[in-house]
Amino acid sequence: MSQHIISMKDFSRDEIDIILNMAREFEPIARGSKSSLLSGKILATLFYEPSTRTRLSFETAMKRLGGDVIDLGSVESSSVAKGETLADTIRVIGNYANAIVLRHPREGAARMAAEYSKVPIINAGDGAGHHPTQTLLDLYTIARESNLSDMRIALVGDLKYGRTVHSLAYALSLYHADITLISPKQLQMPDIIKKDLKKQGANIRETSNIEEVIGEIDVLYVTRIQKERFPDTAEYQKVAGIYRVTEELLENARDNLIIMHPMPRVDEIDPSVDRTKYARYFQQSFYGVPVRMTLLAMAMGAV
Amino acid sequence: MKKDSVEKKPAGSWKKEMLVRPIRQGTVIDHIRGGQALNVLKILGIYGTTEAVVSVAMNVPSKVLGSKDIVKVEGRELEQKEVDRISLIAPDATINIIRDFEVIEKYRVELPERIDGVVKCNNPNCISNTHEPVISKFTVNKKPVDLRCVYCDHVISEGIADHLI
Ligand SMILES: [Zn+2]
Repeated sequence: MSQHIISMKDFSRDEIDIILNMAREFEPIARGSKSSLLSGKILATLFYEPSTRTRLSFETAMKRLGGDVIDLGSVESSSVAKGETLADTIRVIGNYANAIVLRHPREGAARMAAEYSKVPIINAGDGAGHHPTQTLLDLYTIARESNLSDMRIALVGDLKYGRTVHSLAYALSLYHADITLISPKQLQMPDIIKKDLKKQGANIRETSNIEEVIGEIDVLYVTRIQKERFPDTAEYQKVAGIYRVTEELLENARDNLIIMHPMPRVDEIDPSVDRTKYARYFQQSFYGVPVRMTLLAMAMGAV
Repeated sequence: MKKDSVEKKPAGSWKKEMLVRPIRQGTVIDHIRGGQALNVLKILGIYGTTEAVVSVAMNVPSKVLGSKDIVKVEGRELEQKEVDRISLIAPDATINIIRDFEVIEKYRVELPERIDGVVKCNNPNCISNTHEPVISKFTVNKKPVDLRCVYCDHVISEGIADHLI
């Protein structure tokens, strides 16, 4: 396994399993028991677009392992505003830190950064591109709260632009998952991605109706339909709020169903669902910490 | 590169196939998919102002391709980079190297596994389309020919000629 963590496509199923098993061992530390595994190590966080949640999750993981974090700060106030290339910034920061977490609005930014970096790059999202640490924490949540093999999952919402779900669906295909894609017509998953998934061994069907499948699935993965992805507001209005998970919808759910969401949510999941036995989205965000601990420890050669 | 995939023909039968005058020294690119000859010229950097002796036959009936184009360039042998580019838009093309009116070497182009710095990514948000010091890189899928950007994963499957750098 390369030290860089750029795309789920770089991981085999065996490598994913190793990461998930190791994350389980980090869980007590994520809950607060002391560790000095990464003491003396420095992580740099470079966020060229804001994603406070992801940044805090990495910071928490690093600090709970006894390491330190340096942050590029807001892009407006840094060298980037003066026109420095990412390739230069990466080479400079690589002299200070043992690993770099990068979030960047351009697709492929992390792959390029890895070409220039002497320390491991961890991709925390590149535009509409990859976000492997999100996918790994999603897989970990499924492994912990449900079952990764022989599992039926429905992915709901924006399956066209939402690349988080593309990456998750790709990883699930390595487990030969049974995947139902639920979206309005205009937000269906692109054909080229579906083709890739089938080639990997996924079983795929498509529908626009959640009610139709709610009684047959083990995992309901809900995503936000993002306004900023739409060329015009009228198009967005047509599909905004089209899916809403409510207690009523869940009356037909299987007992073992779990509901996931990468967060933040807007109105896709009614707050009343939070207290049902199905809700797992808050656990899911917690699981980001042990998973990122694992990735940091691996990147820094501590495990 | 397969150099023995097409059998060598005696010079005489070659000349009979000539639609335009034979060349003494240079390269004949045959079996270009019909309609792609002008793109081949573009790849070779041959434009209206060029001084090179070039002849082009277009839409010649062909058993294999339906119709094919042929390009002949006097006094020039192709570089590997040029052959790679031609393979993207004319995957069936054959290259004939001519010396003293004789075909001294004949081979079919072969698609490379990877192609760097040749095609521009069609995703405007790709890191390879910025001022970063990065050259475009694609992995090549052979049947059907499509190109996948190493950086952003976008796929170019149609109009590859339009994306040549
Ligand atoms: Zn690209």
